[in-house]
Amino acid sequence: MKRIYLDHAATTPVDPSVVEVMLPFFTEGYGNPSSIYAEGRAAKKAIEAARLQIATAINASSSEIYFTGSGSESDNWAIKGIAMKNQAKGKHIITTTIEHHAVLHTCEYLEKQGFEVTYLPVDEYGLISLEDLKKAIRKDTILVTIMFANNEIGTVEPIKAIGEIVKEKGIIFHTDAVQALGNLPVDVKDLNVDLLSLSAHKIYGPKGIGVLYIRKGVPIDNLIHGGAQERRKRAGTENTAEIVAFGKAAELAVQHLEDNMIHMKTLRDVLIKGIMEKIPQVRLNGHPEQRLPGNANFCFDYIEGESILLSLDIIGIAGSSGSACTSGSLDPSHVLLAIGLPAGVAHGSLRLSIGKNTTMEDIHYVVDNLVVIIERLRKMSPIDANCPIDDAVFAKASHHQH
Amino acid sequence: MEYTDVVMENFTCPKHVGELEDANGVGQVGSPACGDIMKIFLRIGDDDIIQDASFKTFGCGAAVASSSMATDMIIGKSIEEAAKFKNSDVVDALGGLPAEKIHCSVLAAEAIQAAIEDYKSKKA
Repeated sequence: MKRIYLDHAATTPVDPSVVEVMLPFFTEGYGNPSSIYAEGRAAKKAIEAARLQIATAINASSSEIYFTGSGSESDNWAIKGIAMKNQAKGKHIITTTIEHHAVLHTCEYLEKQGFEVTYLPVDEYGLISLEDLKKAIRKDTILVTIMFANNEIGTVEPIKAIGEIVKEKGIIFHTDAVQALGNLPVDVKDLNVDLLSLSAHKIYGPKGIGVLYIRKGVPIDNLIHGGAQERRKRAGTENTAEIVAFGKAAELAVQHLEDNMIHMKTLRDVLIKGIMEKIPQVRLNGHPEQRLPGNANFCFDYIEGESILLSLDIIGIAGSSGSACTSGSLDPSHVLLAIGLPAGVAHGSLRLSIGKNTTMEDIHYVVDNLVVIIERLRKMSPIDANCPIDDAVFAKASHHQH
Repeated sequence: MEYTDVVMENFTCPKHVGELEDANGVGQVGSPACGDIMKIFLRIGDDDIIQDASFKTFGCGAAVASSSMATDMIIGKSIEEAAKFKNSDVVDALGGLPAEKIHCSVLAAEAIQAAIEDYKSKKA
């Protein structure tokens, strides 16, 4: 059966040309880049070439690019590294309620270490308010960390405007741009960001390799201590093959950015229009325009997300949901709750994220089949428009404990 | 997380879906906030035998499969027998459930007990 992969926000297939450049470094270019002999020097040279490719992709200098083990590590390093290094100046951090867990849980950890964190709320579209940000800034604020684009609902935050506000106050600004690269232009100089997290596997590169951009002169402590790799800032023998792959993937992402954006946006709009028109009682989550070109996120009333995912999987479609049943926790997605959805509605969410290889035919197949799936699941549901969720009924029923 | 073939069969082709028009015992448990609601309909004869059962469920694959299997298992049983029906009976019949989905089988057993109680209270 043909598979239609619509979960590119989770991960992407590695581009064949990326695989091609990385493979020789497993078997031939395996030298330790720290070694002085030919094998080591060759590996080192390849890493520096990749560093330049990534620097070029985000308009940075090579010396500002640091390779890490993942986007999560980059986020951890940025936040903990700034907090530790600058705690004498203050212990206040500003972030948002819709960050990726790599940022949220890091901030929660720092709260336990005596730091104070302000979590900016978002509106119904997932946008923060610049006024809220201005009001939240204090004398002891040392870091503002706000994501570039949300991984669940696709909303793109006003990073440039945030950067201007933060820069004026002399505070360090970090953005998690893991979902942005390859989907939006990312220019660190234009955006006034000091630190920026990236991950290769979201841009048709391999898993297990990330980047933290650190603007020259930004005071930051190390996260991983050990050897002198990455100019003494991030210890650990370099993952040469994947670094080379990341460089190539970043180069391709920027080279084809405009074409890919147009392609994904065209398909996304057909997908959204099809679902909104053909299925009743559905809402689009995230901002209608200010969103990632490949992201579509819906809530279908009266049904639960995992049963939608299973039904799609059976007919060859891969998607994701913010339902608690798919997250392994008891609560539905914190992002959907933050935009004001009741938990009962948030459980019925479906995220479909389009990639560069998705076709119009795929989109039509998904829309047509989703109409049938939603109808079938709704017929099975004890709640509907005539019989909505009545809290009184559930108050009487013995509450089910997980 | 992986579902057994029996779970998938009961999810894709569930038995006894819908409302029983002439139900005389109805039970509903769960909450939308938790992400699962189960409503069980029973038609119980004067001899206290469950003649038919059906369900409507808002929930994940395991919740639908548990509802399907549970209703299928209690048809033909007396309410006395059905009162002894446990969630582990559903889990066993489904060939197992992932640990985080066991609560779905609990919900099915609870919904059946609630429906029997409803029948008894109406009869009394």
